[in-house]
Amino acid sequence: MIAVKNLTKKFDQFTAVDDLSFTVQEGEVLGFLGPNGAGKSTTMKVITGFLAPSAGTVTIDNHDISHDAIAAKALIGYLPEGAPSYGDMTTQEFLRFIASVRGFSGDALNQRVDKVIEEVDLESVRHQTIDTLSKGFKRRVGLAQAIMHDPKVLILDEPTDGLDPNQKHHVRELIKNLARDKIVIISTHILEEVTAVCTRAIIISQGRIVADGKPAELEARSRYHHAVSVRLSEAHDLQADLAGQKGVASIEQDPADPLSFTILAEGGEAIYAEVSEIAKNRNWPLEEFHVQRGQLEDVFRSITQKAQPLEAVQEDAA
Amino acid sequence: MSNLGIIFKRELLGYFATPLAYIFIVIFLITNGIFTFDLGGFYVRGQADLLPFFGFHPWLYLFMVPAIAMTLWADERKTGTIELLLTLPIRLSEAVLGKFLAAWVLTGIALLLTFPIWITVNYLGDPDNGVILAAYLGSWLMAGGFLAIGSCMSACTRNSVIAFILTVAICFSFVIIGSPILLNAFPDWVPQGLVDAFSALGFLTHFDSISKGVLDIRDLLFFTVFIGAWLLASAIVIEMKKAN
Repeated sequence: MIAVKNLTKKFDQFTAVDDLSFTVQEGEVLGFLGPNGAGKSTTMKVITGFLAPSAGTVTIDNHDISHDAIAAKALIGYLPEGAPSYGDMTTQEFLRFIASVRGFSGDALNQRVDKVIEEVDLESVRHQTIDTLSKGFKRRVGLAQAIMHDPKVLILDEPTDGLDPNQKHHVRELIKNLARDKIVIISTHILEEVTAVCTRAIIISQGRIVADGKPAELEARSRYHHAVSVRLSEAHDLQADLAGQKGVASIEQDPADPLSFTILAEGGEAIYAEVSEIAKNRNWPLEEFHVQRGQLEDVFRSITQKAQPLEAVQEDAA
Repeated sequence: MSNLGIIFKRELLGYFATPLAYIFIVIFLITNGIFTFDLGGFYVRGQADLLPFFGFHPWLYLFMVPAIAMTLWADERKTGTIELLLTLPIRLSEAVLGKFLAAWVLTGIALLLTFPIWITVNYLGDPDNGVILAAYLGSWLMAGGFLAIGSCMSACTRNSVIAFILTVAICFSFVIIGSPILLNAFPDWVPQGLVDAFSALGFLTHFDSISKGVLDIRDLLFFTVFIGAWLLASAIVIEMKKAN
């Protein structure tokens, strides 16, 4: 278990992380979201023991990262932002170096390095100098070193940044496979990633937690939650048909496509049945008709732009 | 292998993975040759010793050693590998010492490869090999002192060129502190004890006596403490400046 208690990190006058508290349990894949400069990377740097906290504590399985650093660090696999590695070494040399620091030697080391190279699919560049690798391969080398000792805690700072869609998919599958009975923390600003791999998401803004919940719960906060999207084949006055309908908050027309409408639900109530009933009775010229789950992006924007502390947002939701 | 050994091995192999180590060694040997035989008047002196050879080492190290030391930490910071290295389960002291030792061993290798000069002097005459051995040790210790300064300067910045210039400047001051020109510049009213204490900080004072074959424990202690202090300072600087 990772326990972060009242964590604060200041750089001179600037407070990057402001009194952050949360715990992460085994089996959880936590997505760490926030706009650039929100304090995501700083938080990760403190959790991994790279930076010392200004106040507060971080414990990894009861090992305090400040006072029992070696034991805590031994439990963590970390992919720093930008996946740095020693560019003048070959993939294999670099991974062998990491494996020996992680306590492997002899046959066990060879086997482990081979296993990781296979898992992250690096066989083709095994003897290539890291400096000459493409961005995608470099990222995978970084991932390979992070999972080298099959760590209990995996902390990945923007693991899919700069990868093509196939590589992204591959890395996400890898993370999902690794995640069983592990703690995984991923920082990202790609929201689809959260829905794809995370079991929980924390949104931080200006160093404070502004939302914490399952991705689905966060989506439910979106004003698009349970909204009905329709696309018509010819013009029709939806406004008149829906006027006075209970549960319908408003109708938005897509500025790019005048025949597409989104019917927003009041308070996120399910309005699918009512709207479809009206559509049938009034003979809407329907081409498409579907219900939205909510847009994480919309939640992200509304929360981080308001940038209110957690309590206030919870009141809003309640 | 211990963590110190693992870091040491990686760093040393790192030097030889790029042309850096080879270029360093070749340039070191060529300059040594020029200094000794040409400028040092090795043959003209008609003496079977290596004083001209070792006499130039402080000035040679002044530019060669900072060139090795400048990347020690600056590059780690620049490429972000410092974050990788310091989140591995190792102590900062192991990283600082491992990197330093690797660079020090590289200068040691370069120094050992000057052995043809030693063979030459033995072929031509009958030198005191004990003195030569002591001088080699003194020279290597002095290189370690330069390197330790370089390690600390490299930790101060992510720009290795700045690290190089700072290291040269500080090393230069430690070289000239003990030189007669500077010591004579002290006015008469300055107590002799103070002048002595000042000159005792200089590299030349200690290196000269070692290279004459006088292995005084105080000289050895000076270099050991000097290296230790600068490495400690490196660790403190790294700890303080990790965030930027």
